[in-house]
Amino acid sequence: MSASLDRALEGLDSAVAAVHQAASSDTAAALASGATGGMIDPFVFRLAIFILAILVGYYVVWAVTPALHTPLMAVTNAISSVIVVGALLAVGISTSGLATGFGFVAVVLASVNIFGGFLVTQRMLAMYKKKEKPAKQGNDHV
Amino acid sequence: MSESVAAFLYLVSGVLFIMALRGLSHPTTSRRGNLLGMLGMAIAIVTTLVLAGPSFGGFALIVVGIALGGGIGALIAKRIPMTAMPQLVAAFHSLVGLAAVLVAAAALYAPTAFGIGTLGGIHAQALVEMAIGTAVGAVTFTGSIIAFLKLDGRMSGKPIMLPNRHAINIGLLVALVVLVGVLVITESHLVFWLVVLVALALGVLLIIPIGGADMPVVVSMLNSYSGWAAAGIGFTLGNLALIITGALVGSSGAILSYIMCKGMNRSFISVILGGFGADTASAAADDGVERVVKQGSADDAAFLMSNASRVIIVPGYGMAVAQAQHALRELADVLKANDVEVKYAIHPVAGRMPGHMNVLLAEANVPYDEVFELEDINAEFAQTDVVYVIGANDVTNPAARDDPSSPIFGMPILEVDRAKTCLFVKRSLGSGYAGIDNELFYKDGTMMLLGDAKKMTEEIVKAMA
Repeated sequence: MSASLDRALEGLDSAVAAVHQAASSDTAAALASGATGGMIDPFVFRLAIFILAILVGYYVVWAVTPALHTPLMAVTNAISSVIVVGALLAVGISTSGLATGFGFVAVVLASVNIFGGFLVTQRMLAMYKKKEKPAKQGNDHV
Repeated sequence: MSESVAAFLYLVSGVLFIMALRGLSHPTTSRRGNLLGMLGMAIAIVTTLVLAGPSFGGFALIVVGIALGGGIGALIAKRIPMTAMPQLVAAFHSLVGLAAVLVAAAALYAPTAFGIGTLGGIHAQALVEMAIGTAVGAVTFTGSIIAFLKLDGRMSGKPIMLPNRHAINIGLLVALVVLVGVLVITESHLVFWLVVLVALALGVLLIIPIGGADMPVVVSMLNSYSGWAAAGIGFTLGNLALIITGALVGSSGAILSYIMCKGMNRSFISVILGGFGADTASAAADDGVERVVKQGSADDAAFLMSNASRVIIVPGYGMAVAQAQHALRELADVLKANDVEVKYAIHPVAGRMPGHMNVLLAEANVPYDEVFELEDINAEFAQTDVVYVIGANDVTNPAARDDPSSPIFGMPILEVDRAKTCLFVKRSLGSGYAGIDNELFYKDGTMMLLGDAKKMTEEIVKAMA
């Protein structure tokens, strides 16, 4: 168990190192943009970030202790509601009534998730306690 | 605020989300991780508001929306009982899915607000990303609603098998792909809503044939889908926070599905295809002989446990249903006061979602360092005097290890039959959730304690005092 955790952490470290290297290797980026005349589609960069994030997610999630898998689901639920940024744009600056309406409903739904998700995670995590020290035992009977 | 600064801040919030998940590697760091997640969310929202600079009316509408949704969410988070966590998570997934569909619809009707082109002239690439996000979001929405209804007991956990369901599903999938193609070419709003409609139907049809026993996989899978939907929309909007989060959530759900499938020795494909638990196995009934079990009382159990030096408690979902976790903790306290070593053993699929049993025990103030996972504790059963199985059944069935003809053969089990005595609390002598008879009942070392899990545990505590 701890061996697999160590391996996962090692993997995470090497993934981070690879990202660092990729970010700092200006020459590669310069070469790439030179070859295409600086016309790399932003989509390619987004795709790169997406794929790297999947890899980071892979290592980070394997390192999560099984005892915390329920809080993990609750918190991933909360963070996926960052989709609220799209809804905010729709409500804030769109000029179409329909789009504003869709956006408003989406803001409400995502907010339920953001507040509900983070708070219920907080509530669960607060319950995880270590074994009490022997000195304190005995006065625990409610 | 310039676009570049905003992109950088979105990146920061994406990194904070990664750290939120990183914190969950240990209970002590998890609370700080959750706070970092909240911070990341706050940064993303404030950045968007500053960048967009909404009119006063728009800003007011946003505040009302967040207050309304946030209030409902906070109330639910405060009130929800821990036993209902799987339903809650399923319901939350459905909201993410629906939000993804609505954001995509808003982008379609007001593309200039999102910088993806003009009405009637949205970039093809943005349309593809949007259509994928919409389709996955709609599947997540209805799929999660079905999962919610099944988990909440408002719909039977039995699989619903339509005739030719595989053909129907493949047909819908093909229709979906064709419609997405038409949408990209024509940018027709009507076609967009057809995509939504077909995906909604597909979501229902994908989940109804999946039986209640497989729900932990379904909840994890929908978790993954909600992530991919968010990522699809993230590509449309070119938003880094959304792309990173979508990737994280997508891979997280996929890994949890994998862990759950392994815990049940089922392949992911066979879970998706559904139908498990439809045919109630009657393998044990056909030998025609009434098999004898040894029954015991609370007094017997109290005597055995107080004379033991090591006790392992094996809780299952039945314990949660009977609300026996607090009585169980009391029992453990009494045993510990008598110098009996007490540990808890958790099967990966105990409960209705990954890690559910750990939360229920934590709620009853069971210290997390007394709770062990299957692979860490299985070797210890042989040196254990008494095992107390409460509300678990299939995960202790030795047939999974010994009987190749059993439908659950190959599933990893907690090897409670290796202990000297196994006390098995059960309401009656029926079969478990998977509909399979348990060989354990008939073993020499097993003593059945028939009755309600909570009452039985309380009686044992009383008998020991």
